[in-house]
Amino acid sequence: MPGVLKRHWRLVLYPVGMIPAVWLVWQGQHGALGADPVNVFERSLGLWAFRFLLACLALAPLRRFTGLNLLRYRRLTGLLAFFYASLHLLAYVGLDHGFDWSVLWSDMTHRYFIILGMSALVLLIPLALTSNALSMRLLKRRWKFLHRLIYPAAILAGIHFFLSFKTLNSVSAPYLAALALILLSRFLPRSRIGNGT
Amino acid sequence: AATLQTHPGPYSGNLTPTPHEDVTHYNNFYEFGMGKADPATQSQAFHPLPWTLEITGLVRRPVRLDVEQLLRSPAIEERIYRMRCVEAWSMVIPWDGIPLATLLKDADPDPRATHVAFESIVRPSEMPGQNEALSGIQWPYVEGLRLDEAMNPLTLLALGIYGETLPNQNGAPLRLVVPWKYGFKGIKSIQRISLLDHEPPTTWNRLAPDEYGFYANVNPQVDHPRWSQATERVIGAHSLFGATRQPTLMFNGYGEQVADLYRGMDLRKNF
Repeated sequence: MPGVLKRHWRLVLYPVGMIPAVWLVWQGQHGALGADPVNVFERSLGLWAFRFLLACLALAPLRRFTGLNLLRYRRLTGLLAFFYASLHLLAYVGLDHGFDWSVLWSDMTHRYFIILGMSALVLLIPLALTSNALSMRLLKRRWKFLHRLIYPAAILAGIHFFLSFKTLNSVSAPYLAALALILLSRFLPRSRIGNGT
Repeated sequence: AATLQTHPGPYSGNLTPTPHEDVTHYNNFYEFGMGKADPATQSQAFHPLPWTLEITGLVRRPVRLDVEQLLRSPAIEERIYRMRCVEAWSMVIPWDGIPLATLLKDADPDPRATHVAFESIVRPSEMPGQNEALSGIQWPYVEGLRLDEAMNPLTLLALGIYGETLPNQNGAPLRLVVPWKYGFKGIKSIQRISLLDHEPPTTWNRLAPDEYGFYANVNPQVDHPRWSQATERVIGAHSLFGATRQPTLMFNGYGEQVADLYRGMDLRKNF
């Protein structure tokens, strides 16, 4: 295998991560999303965004508690979370509301449910923009600090996700529990954890 | 579903019904699960017959109705109504049923009665959603109307759709249809109707009083805290880029029949 491919093979994971989006569009065009396809499409994209966000956040505690180091996938999972969150917003603006800006403006100014979701996405923008090696070099220590924004983003997204159901239920509860565990694990004192072996 | 003897009734207007497949496979019926497809797939074990409907409380002649007999009633008529869900989607459904007023008059309401309470069934062995502890929903599902709303000629006790007995997922064997209100007022699988001298509690109001009021009249000017009610997604397109939205009508288009019921009321407060 040429050296370039060897070093960059992980790039193929980006299109792989986009398969659910392509699959959803295909289903939507072939009547497989049911009677309310726009709603299912929009919600599914949001759920994929939340899944990738959780995956991204889980990598640090995974290494800490099991020793399994997958931290090199943080950029992949984080960028996919941003990709799906952006599509989720686009589906809501374009497909669901037909770019009706007056409805959107009133949603954005009145509805905490929408405001929470949009704030989460806004917080992810600088992270996506600085997810390259050049930014890491330029920002140095500040890069790490900046990328802690993923925590407030995840909390906002989690509340938005919780509110997208009428009640707590067996679909949303596991995701919310996972988020809570990941966040709590950050507060466990290091001394009690050992070195992960 | 068995065929029902039915005849065209009033108020059907010029509406084109949503396809049968969508009316029976896109449902909110939390007793059978929270997903829209769950009621169709998880209601197979439910036995809607035999069934007794009780009309009780402040009535001079309490009634116990055998629903199998009711299904043979010559009073069953077709009403094609718009159905607007509080989640901002809508359908058009050809119901077959009996005006609720007909049955309430038979029970002869006491003059003290001001409200009507409806109670659905609790049967966790046949209704898997009733075992979902996380939801916080107290079973049975309960709903209510003011007596004058219940007596309005539009208010229907539906026994069927599309000329056939109700499928389990649509609320077999009988359910309430109040076409100018959001769909959740249409309590399904009703066991008991009680006339009261006070406003009864209602399931969704109990769960989220800031989001779901007692009245729940369809009103494009009063938004849900989480979304606008000005427009609605029309069910039935099945294509992602061919789906449409339409403006929501005041009282779901039934203002002529019901606006008088709310004269002088602040509909923002009484949402």
